[in-house]
Amino acid sequence: MGMHIAALQDVMNRNQVEVPSGVGSGVMLDVLQGFVHELRAAGLPVSMTENLDAMRGVEHIPLTDRDAFREVLAATLVKHFRHRRAFDTVFDVYFAYYSGGIGDGAEAGESDQMGESEEAGGVPGQQGSGGSGEGLSTEQLAEMLLSALMNADKDQLRQLAAMAVARFAGMEPGRPVGGTYYLYRTLRQLDFDGLSDRMMERSAAQGSGAEPEDDLAARFQKEEFEARLREFRELVESEIRRQLVADRGVEAMARTLRKPLPEDVDFMHASREEMQQLQRAIEPLTRALAARLAQRRRRRNRGQLDFRATVRHSLAFGGVPAEPKFKHPRPSKPEIMVVADISGSVASFARFTLQFVYAMAGQFSKVRSWVFIDGIDEVTRFFDESKELTEAVHRVNTEADVVWVDGHSDYGHAIEVFHQRHLHEVTSKTAIIFLGDARNNYHATQAWVLKELREKARRVYWLNPEPRGYWDTGDSVVSEYGVHCDGVYECRNLRQLERFVAAVIEL
Amino acid sequence: MAERFSSVDEVVDRLRGVDYLADTGIAGVVYLADRLEKPVLVEGPAGVGKTELAKAVAAISGSRLIRLQCYEGLDESKALYEWNYKKQLLRIQADREHETDWETVESDIFSDEFLLTRPLLEAIRAEEPIVLLIDEVDRVEIETEALLLEVLSDFQVSIPELGTIVGRQRPIVILTSNNTRELSEALKRRCLYLHIDYPELEREKEIVRVRVPEIEDELAEQNAQVVRSIRGLDIKKAPSISETIDWARTLLFLGHKSVDQQVLGETLHVLLKYQTDIAKARKELVDTKPVMGRS
Repeated sequence: MGMHIAALQDVMNRNQVEVPSGVGSGVMLDVLQGFVHELRAAGLPVSMTENLDAMRGVEHIPLTDRDAFREVLAATLVKHFRHRRAFDTVFDVYFAYYSGGIGDGAEAGESDQMGESEEAGGVPGQQGSGGSGEGLSTEQLAEMLLSALMNADKDQLRQLAAMAVARFAGMEPGRPVGGTYYLYRTLRQLDFDGLSDRMMERSAAQGSGAEPEDDLAARFQKEEFEARLREFRELVESEIRRQLVADRGVEAMARTLRKPLPEDVDFMHASREEMQQLQRAIEPLTRALAARLAQRRRRRNRGQLDFRATVRHSLAFGGVPAEPKFKHPRPSKPEIMVVADISGSVASFARFTLQFVYAMAGQFSKVRSWVFIDGIDEVTRFFDESKELTEAVHRVNTEADVVWVDGHSDYGHAIEVFHQRHLHEVTSKTAIIFLGDARNNYHATQAWVLKELREKARRVYWLNPEPRGYWDTGDSVVSEYGVHCDGVYECRNLRQLERFVAAVIEL
Repeated sequence: MAERFSSVDEVVDRLRGVDYLADTGIAGVVYLADRLEKPVLVEGPAGVGKTELAKAVAAISGSRLIRLQCYEGLDESKALYEWNYKKQLLRIQADREHETDWETVESDIFSDEFLLTRPLLEAIRAEEPIVLLIDEVDRVEIETEALLLEVLSDFQVSIPELGTIVGRQRPIVILTSNNTRELSEALKRRCLYLHIDYPELEREKEIVRVRVPEIEDELAEQNAQVVRSIRGLDIKKAPSISETIDWARTLLFLGHKSVDQQVLGETLHVLLKYQTDIAKARKELVDTKPVMGRS
């Protein structure tokens, strides 16, 4: 693969001005094949046609234009906006060698920019010190960064990102450490978290005519600064990535970057950033699911012949019943009871599932929910009272009364209490869904409860966020409950959750 | 066929000429669509200018815009063509006296005269340059999508009674989707893909300035800032570009030169359409005391 990159570089050099179509397309073919291979490895579906389109597409743009090149590949190869991030990462890594990078283009204007920053911030920057920033003290570097951020000077920020990485990341060749580690080190040295406040102070001190008169203006200022900081952070990230590729080679690097798509992120091991992605993905996903189900239901449920409508319609054809009309039966919607374990290890799973179910509430006649650890509490009221699902979920986590003895999961006790209080409310329309890993801390399972519930309920399901391979290991007793359920499903990510909810509604 | 544009920059410039401010991503895909003769599938939140893009592309390429608005239950007879059966019946009845033989009648009533062309067929048979807009394609059922495939990949359509009609030209085809459901792989494969998101601060500000020329620079800037801020909140329906523009017009109409908390509070309903969203934005932006300590 390294060869492919070199070859591409070669194509780039030969075709500085314009790519004559056809020339070097053999090489191009190889390079793109490699790239598509990486995309597929990252989980993006790329078909043969799309591959060919990309080939044809790049013939129409000057290859020296990196952005245009990226957009052509994106337009032809990525057909879902959720996949765009993954695409960009793979692109950055795969074509890292051929980025303009720091230095070349930007260097020419550098001394000028330094001059500017001196005026703006009064920094004793060193003229013409080149890209390395060797002669600068840490304070000087920080000061330059601050004024570059204040001026939103993109070229200088790019250089500073490179300098900061060179100086602070402490990257050593061959060291098997992830990019996040270097990112963390670099940002910490720059006091990244404090920068936003320092920028606000600076802007207040400069009082550059636009002293924020009210809170609104201050807020906008802060948001603008935070946007710039995000951009800078991305610069640092891509600089680190670039150096890692140089060190380890494209393939090794691409492998470490293979991040799951949002719908494949494991609930139990999601990072904070992934959690936010999941959070954002739920709403559109449920909306799409609801629309799809509604459509299918309308078409599928074709009932008996509607004699009246058929006759009436036949008048349009001179009394010939050319088009039979049918009645649309309206099946009763299921009533849902969700009983969720919210102890530490499975809390985020419970949260997402509750949110998902409530977002789909329109598809059910009624949704009620309970949460438990070793005590159990009904939380339906939070969802009824709160206007926002996120708010309701927050209240569930903070206000629900779920600790009975020691705050360690006790499925047996929880479902026994559930049985006592609510068995009489379970009807033949009710679907009961239990959420949890069934890790019972060796308490009594009380599995008979499920057996009795199942006799009265329409369906009883169990969703387990653990990989199937872990079931019934250690203190997991999922099978003891499972025998009394209509189905036990592995539910580790949004994709599986969506499939399950769709199936329940279809009943 | 002669290409419509010579470079991506030209597309940007010419779109700007009709008041559509495209970034290079958007312009790049339009350019590519022309060169590769492939349809473009445009996705993105409501109100970011997807339909506008089609109109703008039609304007800059001197083409007529033919629009197929999709909805649930859209079928062949509404999208492609339909036989005008009432007219056919009349024709048959009128013939009773003359006792014309069936062959003649048949070839007669299945001729062009009795064909009702719908947008897709109209586009295929068009003589003059056109841009075909298939709007909100996610609203049709997945089965109906199949209907589009032949048109999209070969720009032709088969009518059993008349044979295959091949398009005289390759128009620019733009499909839009609000992403209410996943489109089929087959459809996506045939299209270039463009996701338009809410614009960056600078671009939005420019859009406001172009659309509301009488606005002062400072107000346009505040405008864009407020909207960015609101979009950053966790709300049901973020303000679209057209709502930003409406709001700018409202402010001008009310004679405001700048936005402060009071003005924002009074006009929030122009930007946001849900009561809960308005309440949230009010709480975050209007009723707050200092967001940070000032030194």
